[in-house]
Amino acid sequence: MSLDIREIEYIASLSKFVLNDEEKRVFVSQLGEVLLYIEKLNQLDTENVVPLVHPLNMVNVFREDEQKESICREKVQSIAPSTMGAFFKVPKVLE
Amino acid sequence: MKLLSFTALQIKRKILSREVLTADLIKNLFERIYKVDPVIQSFLTLNEDDAINKAEEIDKKIANNENVGLLAGIPIAIKDNICTKDLTTTCASKILRSFTPPYNAFVIKRLLEEDSIIIGKTNLDEFAMGSSTENSSYKITRNPYNLNCVPGGSSGGSTAAVSADLAFMALGSETGGSIRQPAALCGVVGLKPTYGRVSRYGLVAFGSSLDQIGPVTKDVSDAALLLRVIAGRDKRDSTCADIAVPDYLKDIDDGVKDIKIGIPAEYFGEGLEDDVRAAVDNSLKIYEKLGAKIVDVSLPHTEYAVAVYYIVANAEASSNLSRFDGVRYGFRANDIKGIDEMYCRSRSEGFGKEVKRRIMLGNYALSSGYYDAYYLKASKVRNLIKKDFDAVFEKVDCIVCPTSPVPAFKIGDRFEKPLEMYLSDIYTIPANLSGIPGISIPCGFSKEGLPIGLQILTNRFEEAKMLQIAYAFERETDFHMKKPKL
Amino acid sequence: MDYEVVIGLETHAELSTESKLFCGCSTKFGAEPNTQVCPVCLGMPGVLPVVNKKAFEYALKAALALNCTINQHTNFDRKSYYYPDLPKNYQISQNYYNLGVDGYMNIEVNDVMKKIRIHNVHLEEEAGKLIHPDEAGADYSLVDFNRAGVPLLEIVSYPDMRNAAEVENYMYTLRKILLYTDISDCKMQEGSLRFEASISLRKDGEQKLGNRVEMKNLNSMKSVLKAIEYETSRQSELLDRGEKIERETRLWDEIREKSVRMRSKEEAQDYRYFPEPDLLPFVIDEKWVCSIKETLPELPLEKKQRFVESFQLSDYDAGLLIEDKILADFFEECVKEVNFPKVFCNWIINDLLREVKEKKLDIALLKIKPAQLAALVVMINKGIISNTIAKDVFSEMINTGKEPKTIVEEKKLVQISDEGLIDEILDKVIASNPNAIEDYKKGKKNALAFLMGQVMKETKGKANPKLVNELLKNKLDS
Repeated sequence: MSLDIREIEYIASLSKFVLNDEEKRVFVSQLGEVLLYIEKLNQLDTENVVPLVHPLNMVNVFREDEQKESICREKVQSIAPSTMGAFFKVPKVLE
Repeated sequence: MKLLSFTALQIKRKILSREVLTADLIKNLFERIYKVDPVIQSFLTLNEDDAINKAEEIDKKIANNENVGLLAGIPIAIKDNICTKDLTTTCASKILRSFTPPYNAFVIKRLLEEDSIIIGKTNLDEFAMGSSTENSSYKITRNPYNLNCVPGGSSGGSTAAVSADLAFMALGSETGGSIRQPAALCGVVGLKPTYGRVSRYGLVAFGSSLDQIGPVTKDVSDAALLLRVIAGRDKRDSTCADIAVPDYLKDIDDGVKDIKIGIPAEYFGEGLEDDVRAAVDNSLKIYEKLGAKIVDVSLPHTEYAVAVYYIVANAEASSNLSRFDGVRYGFRANDIKGIDEMYCRSRSEGFGKEVKRRIMLGNYALSSGYYDAYYLKASKVRNLIKKDFDAVFEKVDCIVCPTSPVPAFKIGDRFEKPLEMYLSDIYTIPANLSGIPGISIPCGFSKEGLPIGLQILTNRFEEAKMLQIAYAFERETDFHMKKPKL
Repeated sequence: MDYEVVIGLETHAELSTESKLFCGCSTKFGAEPNTQVCPVCLGMPGVLPVVNKKAFEYALKAALALNCTINQHTNFDRKSYYYPDLPKNYQISQNYYNLGVDGYMNIEVNDVMKKIRIHNVHLEEEAGKLIHPDEAGADYSLVDFNRAGVPLLEIVSYPDMRNAAEVENYMYTLRKILLYTDISDCKMQEGSLRFEASISLRKDGEQKLGNRVEMKNLNSMKSVLKAIEYETSRQSELLDRGEKIERETRLWDEIREKSVRMRSKEEAQDYRYFPEPDLLPFVIDEKWVCSIKETLPELPLEKKQRFVESFQLSDYDAGLLIEDKILADFFEECVKEVNFPKVFCNWIINDLLREVKEKKLDIALLKIKPAQLAALVVMINKGIISNTIAKDVFSEMINTGKEPKTIVEEKKLVQISDEGLIDEILDKVIASNPNAIEDYKKGKKNALAFLMGQVMKETKGKANPKLVNELLKNKLDS
């Protein structure tokens, strides 16, 4: 499996990165190399293998529906890049 | 400065007996940090004022014969991807340059409850992505045994600090070997607990199904002590097991008589350096001498572990790191027009190359049309790797093998060579994939005088047994007592 | 050309739990912006979600009420997309193993029952709220995360609806079920119930489905119906012209009453679903399912059927009663007091609902209690008050919540059934209206009504009309 520039651009858009041409070129080769290595997984027949998502055998972990105190807004806003009044401020979002 | 070379348990005894005042200890320690760390570069943030205040409090408590915690007065360093309330937590990333979390990680809460003293935050590969601590946006940490070598990673700041006596203990974190590998390379003890043993709450996530926080210490007993403090149920982490935490020190010196040690051939193959092989072989002889039985075992899917890991860990990482967007906290690029530009520029300017590489790889593995071929396939092979261990632990008590195929490598040697770097974690990754615990302890030195680590793996939640086996070796040897010349 | 319209609906309902789905923050509507937030629902680094058990069980309840098969193994998945109101830039949702699958809901249009299949029911987290300032030229938007993390139920139907009437009925029936099961307050104006529609057209008789258009931004049931109407004609015009319908997502513009393209299929988002590693899977055994089933109330259509059968109500009347579970319960409570179903039904759907409408009352907060209405009906039945007086008493009961007996006593409204007393009044009325007596004797029927009226006037309406009528006739005819 190798990647071309267009695929790198698509993945960059999913990742929300802007890449210059040099970066794209480097990623094509570096990620291509890793993907080539990963191909070794295809040597294995996993038809009847169940995927393992969690290394723990636990299930059904819940909390009760109890209301806890929220964090103070001033504290949260003090670490935000941009706020306005009671809100977080972001560049205009077009609907 | 002999005081600073004591282990945590030794210094604790001196503190409790009032032979040493915690406040003096802290002052001494910071003197050494100011002298030595400009060379080692293990700390990103120091917590001196707070540490001194805390030390005075503890001295007062002891003077008044009040109860004190299990870690009373012990100075501890924290890897900078573990959230500390009101103390900068950067993950060694520009994107979190001045981030001060309004909350403590569960483990930090526990450390404070047990009266330890947080002295600072240690360097790491950005977001724990790396095996050399070269991928930090702030500094390159050096191996105390050879300043031209890497300390390993990603918890290289923590292991270097403990190795250089800049902290009595430290917390590291693992996703694929980030505690054990740098512990091996820095000649200290590093323990990765069973997945679910220690709460991940407040550990900035990399690979959520792999991440664990663990101790970095000067010897095995200290690791047992620290693990006891940080382990146990936390209601805020759904993946944290509700299993009682034993006193790991209690039976630590029970020895290894009749213990069955499995030796997997797959961990002694191509790529293993001769010095490392020799040190591990020598260690096995010591175990045999102590009454353990050596059994050949096989973990046939080992060769696929790195490939599985780089899909699973990076898929999870690509999603975990999508929250760094410049909206609620962290870095936001200047002069942005429009929301998409804010996302793209903040993330492109905020993240380093390795992080971007991994996010890209992870997003690729999850993207439309590739999920089955990559993420799903990897998750299936992951199960095969876990089953290998399940089968082996039916037959033996533990597995003993090298922690890393090589001792510390030169700074820059593997940088920008992702695949080569990824392969340095070949012996540690399988434990993360299958959730089992592992420990690395010093077991020798290379011809160049670089430390070599011995890895012991046991079945899930068998940390007590693992520590016991590690301690038996340590008691017989003095590798852990060697200090780097600084 | 004639086309068949094929419609499926996606419904989102916020669940009425105390705390959010993955953290302890309050879910209460209308708080000051960003005051119901914490590190978890703000997606801060290192924090972790823990599932609210009640929300999970509410979702199970909904899935069962919609006749779904419960997946024995279920889990959450991450759905990735960037939007400033989504703190982690992924939504914890379900994709691979939804909580409930393959269900159905019956709807009734023009007395015909139709089964609408439910593709799946799943649980996810709500996003925050984006505010776009009104000021001209504003180059910013504002975010409030109070709603972020509120438990949200998604119900996805199959494209089984064929016209707006069916869609309307589906929406109302579903809303009723959610209200009956008490898991959501379904307030569309507060956004706790929302719909998205997918609409496609195909030539009559054609099997293959046409390309579907997904409609978003439908803020009321009315806009859903309008959008369907608009989209039907837009698509059929295109097809008539021989053009193809593109698979796309469109936004409904409520003001201009038209739909506009949001994104095409090519621009479709790549959500990169994968199992949420921070949450362990769930195993739902038979025992658990049964215990949730036991908490299910009788659902609207079943209740209606039972009302028709056990109380001999008309289909129409029963339909009105079950429209609101509170009304239906009110009715049943009344009947339990005294077995006059038809009478209570009339009181409720005529008088009660009129009062509610006129006085803009909240049915959930009515002052009048079923036992009181029953007592009123008994008073009428026993002849203690007349029907006419009863209407006034009822109105007073609605206002004050007082017992009918108290109101009747306070206002001295007891019906006069004392023959002697009525006799006296009759004599007085007859004496003062000789002309009317003349007319009556000449056979003018309305003279009797006039005299009745005079008696009622004299008694302020309290005389027992039946008795007055009888006694007056006797007197005049003798």
